[in-house]
Amino acid sequence: MSRLLKRNRFLIFRRIVQLFFPILFVGSNIYGWKILEGNYSAAYVFGSFYLADPFAVLQMLVAGFTLNFDLILGAIIILLVYGLLFGRSFCSWVCPINIVTDFALFVRRKTNMNRYDEKMPFKRSLRYWILVLSIVVSLFSGVAAFEFVSPVSMLHRGLVFGFGFGIAAVVMVFLFDVFMLKNGWCGYICPLGAFYSVISKYSLIKVNHTKSKCSMCGNCFAVCPERQVLSIIDKQSGSIPNSECTNCGRCIEVCEDDALHFGKYSKLK
Amino acid sequence: MGKAINTSRRDALRKMIRSSGIFAFGGFGWGAYLNKAKVSNLVLRPPGALQEEDFLNSCIKCGICVDSCPYDTLILAKPEDNVAIGTPYFKPRSIPCYMCPDIPCAPPCPSGALDVNKLKAQQDTTENNGLDINKAQMGLAVIDTDTCIAFWGIQCDVCYRACPLMDDAISLEYERNERTGKHAFLKPVVNSNTCTGCGLCEHACVIEKAAIRILPRDVAMGKVGDHYIKGWDEEDEQRLRNIKDSKYENTDEVPAEDYLNNWEDLIDE
Repeated sequence: MSRLLKRNRFLIFRRIVQLFFPILFVGSNIYGWKILEGNYSAAYVFGSFYLADPFAVLQMLVAGFTLNFDLILGAIIILLVYGLLFGRSFCSWVCPINIVTDFALFVRRKTNMNRYDEKMPFKRSLRYWILVLSIVVSLFSGVAAFEFVSPVSMLHRGLVFGFGFGIAAVVMVFLFDVFMLKNGWCGYICPLGAFYSVISKYSLIKVNHTKSKCSMCGNCFAVCPERQVLSIIDKQSGSIPNSECTNCGRCIEVCEDDALHFGKYSKLK
Repeated sequence: MGKAINTSRRDALRKMIRSSGIFAFGGFGWGAYLNKAKVSNLVLRPPGALQEEDFLNSCIKCGICVDSCPYDTLILAKPEDNVAIGTPYFKPRSIPCYMCPDIPCAPPCPSGALDVNKLKAQQDTTENNGLDINKAQMGLAVIDTDTCIAFWGIQCDVCYRACPLMDDAISLEYERNERTGKHAFLKPVVNSNTCTGCGLCEHACVIEKAAIRILPRDVAMGKVGDHYIKGWDEEDEQRLRNIKDSKYENTDEVPAEDYLNNWEDLIDE
């Protein structure tokens, strides 16, 4: 039992963190709590300052939004928190769609769906193209383009303010991840994740690898949702250099050799 | 070797063209969808909302206004609502705006999509943070005189009495009922200068489908333009001063002397 706990310690902690925010948001909507009002697009913290989704604000600025101090400051805070500190942790520790896509991954594993994984219809770089496209389309359409179609927004808005047909978008993400492409949404499509990858190249907290301890068992490769980031395993020591790593910590949990751990950013050796 | 480089260059070129084609395809599709999705002509926005176009690129869809509304009036648009997704609006027939004097919804807006400057009280007061809900312009009540039973001659002044600006935004016009010869019509009349579009009248209307309904102001109202001016109204006359003769703006041509209609003479100083 303790081994099971130890092997899932970050997963459990992540789920707690992941559920913590929606509970505060829902509480503010239903019971009027003043801790965290709004949703993941923008939030009012203790009725004193704002946090905002920097990618949404970027799209809005391109779309012709007039600068607003509160919102820009809120976006900068988030930008600094992830860009300098936590890396792409938003995706695995905060984003609610992560629960959906992880569940899809679970279903995939249990039903042995991963067998059909050899054919890759497109590359992981697709998301960066979608990121660029969402900026371009925002420029020409005069509205934040991704915010109009984002299943992530539909999910967190739905959780707090009621889903309506928005649940369909969430189900589509689930079905896409189960039946079409492993880690399809988060790994190939989502421009929000791509955005956080771009800004967190030099963030402080990274997964670090110690080459000398690694026995190349491959456990980390089996669980990693962004397998390409593990290219240094058994080759070099130091921080995972690829900022597509979501800092989910799954690799650390499953490593039998204690060759992976969270730590400060350090150069590859 | 040289041959191989040639083919790879040709390949790279073809790949580049193909990618930009797919990129453009996605962009046009996305843009076309947005053009459809952002159109919501018949939507009523919260107090202080910017003009629809500015509102759409300013609203970050966080729902803090919805959280703050004590009457559950405001809704964040779901995909099936035919309103730009995630933006706040209200349906007065279900829940109208109760015009809270302290306006809890607009001030916490992080992006300025709900602009408190539009709600500033005329006189400097500290009461209600210097805000005046009566300055809200959420919409305009429009009466269908065919189905309004007051216009039939039945005594019904429900909308008049529901109106928070009774005798101002809605007043009653008395008129002799020639059919009976001894009764009066009590006809409700809306004043477009003072109606805030709160929808309490629409909510209160007693017939099956309300005869008095709130429409967005730019849908319900006409626009005079420069050709007609109230010559008896000093304030309206000032509009004459701002009129530019666009026909002659960018040419060296001197306009013919308008000796019959000299503007200066028209204005009573």
